[in-house]
Amino acid sequence: MKLQIDGQDHDLGDLDPRTTLLDALRERLGLMGTKKGCDHGQCGACTVLVNGRRINSCLALAVMHEGDAITTVAGLEADDGTPSALQEAFMEHDAFQCGYCTAGQLCSATSLLREVKRGEPSVLTPMGAELSLSELSDDEIRERMSGNLCRCGAYANIVAAVRQAAEAES
Amino acid sequence: MIGKATRRVDGPKKVRGAAPYAADQAIEPTPYIGWIVEATIGKGRVVSIDTAAAEREPGVVRVLTHENTPKQIPYGETRDGSDADRFTMSHALLNGTEIRHPGQAVALVVAGTLEAARGAALLVKVTYETDDGRYVVTGEEPEDLLVVPDELDGGQEPDVVKGDIDAAMAEAAHTLDVEYTTPSQISAAMEPHATIAVWADGELTLYLSIQVIGWAITALANTFGLEKSQVRILSPFTGGGFGSKLGVHGDAVLASLAAMTLEHPVKVVQTRRSVFVNAPHRGSSIQRLRLAADAEGKLLGVGHDSRMPMASYGYEFAEPTAAGARASYETPALHTVHRVVKVDLPPIDSMRAPGEAIGSLALEGALDELAHDLGLDPLELRLRNLADREPQSGKPFASNDLRRCLEKGAEAFGWTDRPEPRQRDGRWWRGWGMAACTRVNMLMEGAARIRLDADGRARAELDMTDIGTGSYTILTQIAAEGLGLPLESVEVVLGDSRLPETAGSGGSFGAATAGGALKNATDNLCARLVELARDHGDSPLRGAEGEGRVAEGRVWIGDRSLGFDEVVGLVGGELSAEGSIAPGENSEKYAQYAYGAHFVTLRVDGVTGEVRLERALGAFSFGRVLNPITARSQLIGGMTYGIGGALTEALHVDPRSGAFPNRDFAEYHLAVQRDVPPLEVHMLGEPDEKCGALGSKGIGELGLCGIGGAIANAVFHATGVRVREMPITPDKVLAGLMAQGD
Ligand code: FES
Ligand code: FES
Repeated sequence: MKLQIDGQDHDLGDLDPRTTLLDALRERLGLMGTKKGCDHGQCGACTVLVNGRRINSCLALAVMHEGDAITTVAGLEADDGTPSALQEAFMEHDAFQCGYCTAGQLCSATSLLREVKRGEPSVLTPMGAELSLSELSDDEIRERMSGNLCRCGAYANIVAAVRQAAEAES
Repeated sequence: MIGKATRRVDGPKKVRGAAPYAADQAIEPTPYIGWIVEATIGKGRVVSIDTAAAEREPGVVRVLTHENTPKQIPYGETRDGSDADRFTMSHALLNGTEIRHPGQAVALVVAGTLEAARGAALLVKVTYETDDGRYVVTGEEPEDLLVVPDELDGGQEPDVVKGDIDAAMAEAAHTLDVEYTTPSQISAAMEPHATIAVWADGELTLYLSIQVIGWAITALANTFGLEKSQVRILSPFTGGGFGSKLGVHGDAVLASLAAMTLEHPVKVVQTRRSVFVNAPHRGSSIQRLRLAADAEGKLLGVGHDSRMPMASYGYEFAEPTAAGARASYETPALHTVHRVVKVDLPPIDSMRAPGEAIGSLALEGALDELAHDLGLDPLELRLRNLADREPQSGKPFASNDLRRCLEKGAEAFGWTDRPEPRQRDGRWWRGWGMAACTRVNMLMEGAARIRLDADGRARAELDMTDIGTGSYTILTQIAAEGLGLPLESVEVVLGDSRLPETAGSGGSFGAATAGGALKNATDNLCARLVELARDHGDSPLRGAEGEGRVAEGRVWIGDRSLGFDEVVGLVGGELSAEGSIAPGENSEKYAQYAYGAHFVTLRVDGVTGEVRLERALGAFSFGRVLNPITARSQLIGGMTYGIGGALTEALHVDPRSGAFPNRDFAEYHLAVQRDVPPLEVHMLGEPDEKCGALGSKGIGELGLCGIGGAIANAVFHATGVRVREMPITPDKVLAGLMAQGD
């Protein structure tokens, strides 16, 4: 059983089929960037990207993702270690406090920007409306980030950070 | 440096997922995983426990129960009979058959993998004998069940009564006598309580998610009968605490027990559901508010009495629900009486802003009711009743900025544009609300060390924690300012019990205590540097004339100077100094509070009763602002926490068994991103030199106090529906709307 994580192949041998993707990352491979806040798909702390789309890694079994390209928070920066625009914006806007939800927020926001680029609507998007990163409203950001809890309450700063990254990318 | 907007120094780690929280630490050999088996009854005892099937599961190492674990010091006691409080007493588990509360651990399944431990835990068979327990406080309890707590959290008296509230209520032109209730709540730090325990050479090392390391060391020594020197705790990053990690809980005790028994590192991460029962929650409250006022709205009497649950076992904790009433408004008659009822619930303890968080909901709501009755602007009612001295004691305030918070906040918000009540716009009712807030300021004892290395770089060392508050950042600023160094030349090392002991993070005392101790250490180091430059036999400045000082990373005598590296070189490569702080006479002489005022607008769905916030503004005064970036984050974080408390958070209790039916994030609703409107924060204070060496007051809890009251008051302004039973969920609003024919 193999997983491709942040561009690297990892051999998990004879993995217990009960192992979630999150536990495979953390407990088998020691890749601790991804966090567990609830283990039940209720908090978003464990969000990773699978082939570019966000999922809750606690709700996925590792064996379902052999052959997929998995990106964790550790894989968001450029190859030379430069933080992504979102990572930079999170630091600039103090979009975290304890930092425990941050890996999930960043993966979620990374996917959000792509979803908007692809024109994927949220419940707030008017029927048939054109979406663009440059005109992404704060409410759209709030709605699309509502699967990621932050008990420290950095939400307002997260919106500012995502908006900045969206504008930079548009 | 202090007071400058400084980005979080641990930011680069946190955005890369590279900050190691307790369960992230890489330990060799790979820790076993411990999985907690919880009691399925409320109160009683274990009659039998069958672990055979679980132990046959592949990968299972051992199932620990009361039958096969070493005896510990009984829960609530100490190893040497000394006094201990709830944070330092023994937290023994699996130490007998008794079940004190629902969900208490009855076994720990230890296995090589998480999957094996989790799977095997389902196979442990336990039978119980159940005792009757008491799980809810209804307000109907007979007198003999009402207990007077020895003291309230923070050392306050359970009863403070002055003047005659009954006479005031009988005579006043305007009176109000109402009951507010708040439900049980949970701190819900995003990082579940977690521990990796390592037992080697008679030393117990814990990688622990904790707020206060010193207390945890004592608690573990008291639990296992160890010397404190045999316990080491490492906690460089804590994923939020909000009171629930002030002390140690099941994960720490069980991981330690397993590591000591099996002589192998063991990791125990509480499941989210476990955190609700094996870590503390805030008790429910029933609060009676009595207000008496003359025709001009001058308060003649304030009564704020409460009834809350207290754990029936091991320790006492009671919230100072009337803390705000005792501190905020002038009144000739004050009646604040706290009673508790002993219950057999999971641990009840501090949650962010114990006292003020829930007390202000009632007090500020009642004041709004009174203002309405008087036909007075609720802002004006508060301004007419501000106190010159602390109402409960008559002590002078170190500083009292409540008026400025109210006035400046109102101005920034545009409060005078408040529309008439009950504005309807299609399906939405729209309303504005405000409330004041006070939160007690505390200083504790703490120590710190600062070192300079041969290159003149500084390293600050404290056992302080950073639970998201920004400790790393403000301590870097304080050390840099104290030594005249750029931020990059300072490293701050925290979260290790081997380092000088602070009071950790809690009660909003962390920054002033740890920061004050560190400032004292840098002052001491500066004095030593000057002394060496002037007096050391090999110093090029020996005997130089003029004032000695440290500035720009150099030691000056008059107009001549030496680099830190040169001075350190005089004594062979390293120089260090210790510092400390303790509450002094100002903590006794003056009443110390931080202040704020909240203003919100919201809309209420006339069809569903749902409340949606549109805007929230907080104006706060808390002495010196150490770092406007992290301070603002603390404040918006508190406001956000309070939004959940007002609108969605309620931990329900099954009165028959004490079970919490909604112990997860699907059913216990924290505020989510879309619940939080644009937030505006104004920081108004000036340094208050009576409040510790830095002139700062604590802010970790301030933003939370009062915002719930502002929301409740805005709901009333919007709809005419007064919800006194928190949280303000759609069903309650809708019932109110229907009752009044809307
Ligand atoms: S840990 Fe996966 S959603 Fe909470
Ligand atoms: S930063 Fe602490 S939970 Fe989001």
